[in-house]
Amino acid sequence: MIRLEARPEPSRTFRWASPLIAFGLTIAIGMVLFPLMGKNPFDALHAFFIKPVDSAYGVGELLLKASPLMLIATGLAAGYRANVWNIGAEGQLTLGGIAGGGVALALHGSTSPFVLPLMFVAGIIGGMAWAAIPAWLRTRFNANEILVSLMLVYVATLILSILVHGAWRDPEGFNFPQSKMFTESAILPNLLPETRLNVGLFVALAVVAAGWVFMEKSFTGYQMRVAGLAPAAAHYAGISSPRTVWLGMLIGGACAGLAGVGEIAGPIGQLQASVSPGYGFAAIIVAFVGRLNPVGIVFASLLMSLLYLGGESAQLNLALPSAVTGLFQGTLLFFLLAADVFIHYRIRLRRAARSTAPA
Amino acid sequence: MTLPRTPVSDTVSDTGPRLALSGITKAYPSVVANDAIDLDVAAGEIHAVLGENGAGKSTLMKVIYGVVKPDAGTILWEGKPVSIANPARARRLGIGMVFQHFSLFETLTVAENIALSLDRERAGGDLPARIREVSARYGLPLDPDRHVLSMSVGERQRVEIVRCLLQDPRLLIMDEPTSVLTPQAVEKLFETLRRLSDEGCSILYISHKLDEIRALCTRATVLRGGKVTGACDPRRESSASLARMMIGGDLPRPQHRAAKLGEARLVVDGLTLAADDPFGTSLSDLHLTVHAGEIVGIAGVSGNGQKELMAALSGERTVDSPGAVRLMGTPAGRLDAEERRALGLAFVPEERLGRGAVPEMSLAENALLTAHRQDLVRNGFVRTDAVRGFAAETIAQFNVKAGGPDAAARSLSGGNLQKFIVGREIRQAPKLMIAAQPTWGVDVGAAAQIRQALIDLRDAGVAVLVVSEELDELFEICDRLAVIAQGRLADARPTRDTNAEEIGLLMAGSFIAAGTESGRRLSPAGAVDV
Repeated sequence: MIRLEARPEPSRTFRWASPLIAFGLTIAIGMVLFPLMGKNPFDALHAFFIKPVDSAYGVGELLLKASPLMLIATGLAAGYRANVWNIGAEGQLTLGGIAGGGVALALHGSTSPFVLPLMFVAGIIGGMAWAAIPAWLRTRFNANEILVSLMLVYVATLILSILVHGAWRDPEGFNFPQSKMFTESAILPNLLPETRLNVGLFVALAVVAAGWVFMEKSFTGYQMRVAGLAPAAAHYAGISSPRTVWLGMLIGGACAGLAGVGEIAGPIGQLQASVSPGYGFAAIIVAFVGRLNPVGIVFASLLMSLLYLGGESAQLNLALPSAVTGLFQGTLLFFLLAADVFIHYRIRLRRAARSTAPA
Repeated sequence: MTLPRTPVSDTVSDTGPRLALSGITKAYPSVVANDAIDLDVAAGEIHAVLGENGAGKSTLMKVIYGVVKPDAGTILWEGKPVSIANPARARRLGIGMVFQHFSLFETLTVAENIALSLDRERAGGDLPARIREVSARYGLPLDPDRHVLSMSVGERQRVEIVRCLLQDPRLLIMDEPTSVLTPQAVEKLFETLRRLSDEGCSILYISHKLDEIRALCTRATVLRGGKVTGACDPRRESSASLARMMIGGDLPRPQHRAAKLGEARLVVDGLTLAADDPFGTSLSDLHLTVHAGEIVGIAGVSGNGQKELMAALSGERTVDSPGAVRLMGTPAGRLDAEERRALGLAFVPEERLGRGAVPEMSLAENALLTAHRQDLVRNGFVRTDAVRGFAAETIAQFNVKAGGPDAAARSLSGGNLQKFIVGREIRQAPKLMIAAQPTWGVDVGAAAQIRQALIDLRDAGVAVLVVSEELDELFEICDRLAVIAQGRLADARPTRDTNAEEIGLLMAGSFIAAGTESGRRLSPAGAVDV
């Protein structure tokens, strides 16, 4: 009989070993899965994990996609640690993009160095404003922030759609639902020649570092962790519950809004009907795979980004159906989260009933 | 220390013991709860199992009742080896158990609750009649059609006992049955248990209240650290000698000095507060004053408004009228917990894990929870070294057995965590200390230490308010005693001018019928019977 037994203390060894176990199990599944599809498993694994990053361009794409993920996940983690479940980062990202894009369009043609900073400020305010709605409804009416923030994602997408189909549509854009291309002062400077990587990466890393300091070193971050782990203890210590909700939502909204500006002022360069391939939702997975820890989140965002690229590469190079690449990505994430059980539990093998004499 | 004596058995029948355990062992990941325990229970005897918290009493009882499977050992039931796989099997053998915490559905009637736990054939149509018959025979008056939610704690315990009796048990396990009863109700319970014993039913009586065991039991087995450390006839022992067997040493007695009264630090003036959940107790028109340099105790059976009063004093619930709660002279009714602490209030809550401390966090992080005003936070950032230092000093000063400031709060035993929480609050140099059930579930040694710490605080000129269900404790440390019943508070009186009888009657609500307009109020769940 196999039994899971709680460890008296979390295991330090398995804190590090659990991702390796997960990776090993995923490779093992791949060894079975790909031959079943008639592919050489080594080619498939090469396409997934090596091919995407074997060129400077590939590395650039990896970091480009990882930036918004780590940015948003850090903001979400601050809230999740406090049991504030902001699921609507995608909507907050969209509103950030709209606000930042609005500034870029209003200052179209300006060469002022303040255009980009203004766009960032506008994006942060936009994201926070969108996150403020579920925060207010939660603190005022005890409305569930999971549902409210999620539903606001669809509202945000439709607002963007109205704008790019209407008021902000490029008059010379052949009726495509998109705005004018931003002028140079509203575009993030490139970082590496021959790649699309821009200075947005540094913005993301700076926010992650600030997030680490806030969560691990500040008293407010400590109070939010208490609120998440033991609400009654937070109440006992006089930690205000509305303040925790507001902070948790606004930090998540600010980071998502910032990521939205990073997208429109980076690889996109204009407002389109969609400004994100789902970073706001993927960041939820990144936050948990990174164990709500900013350092873990950096690694998790790189992994998530690699999975995006690896999936595309496997579809292109091996003609694997997207369902199979999706399945393989899901397998890895599943094992990553599942292997964490070994941190708090150990497996015990024991023979059944040997204690008391039979009746 | 008294050496363990050989069992004095004058009640063992000639057919051998009803229950015989030998070599029962049960290990958990971090502790061996039962280590090769032997125990015999004769037919019709009242057998006490005595031990501090964590001595392994509850685990042993769960083994007998089939809740926990032992790792090793044999169980003989009436001479035959048995394996008790689950409570249903235990009940079929004739073993009944009354738990410390009741397992009743509040929205169902007495008969419905009892029917739920009976076999199909026993739960038949004449059940109400049988409930009436059994309750009359054993002096446990009970109306089968009443809803449990309208019953007092004592009445609910009757339901549990009658439920066991309906299954004709030959062994009844009682786990700390008196912790929720007034002294008068305890006497009634003992009459019932003695009658059962006369009829041949064996009783295993688990308690740490030594006087009760001496009054009721004919044999006692003492556990310490998961092992049997002695057996005796409690009628021939003193409470002090039993305590020595239990803790393996002498108990420190708290030092008492005459109180020197200072100014009023806590004034409760006409506090009225509606219950915030349907099974809570509303407070109505409470008055109480605690001066610097005295300990005031509030006695009462739990569920009579203590929880609500504590929340209203600590600031976890605010009250509309600022003057209803005055702290150090400041109207504080509308201040939150943090603002009240800034005035010099310290508070030890009833629940340690999850309220007084965050289970997953280290002791250092838990020190920060309320002690952050002790220069542990600067410019919004936590001073990690200072926090660890504060925790380490608290651990040393209050003799907390822990791995150090980095040990997780949940890895500590209840008594040690309580010492840490009490220490954390005391080291903030409060002007007013409020402690709810400060020694609840704490072993005898740690309890004595905590009481002494409260007395030292009093002698240093701090105002201290203690809420407790343990009358002995209140009589031991308090200068004045008030009683809470059904959300009302009887006026505090000097401890030396009163006695357990008078307090017991007040706990049953005698002052309410005599004093104010109506006896029973909104909160039937908190009502008490004598």
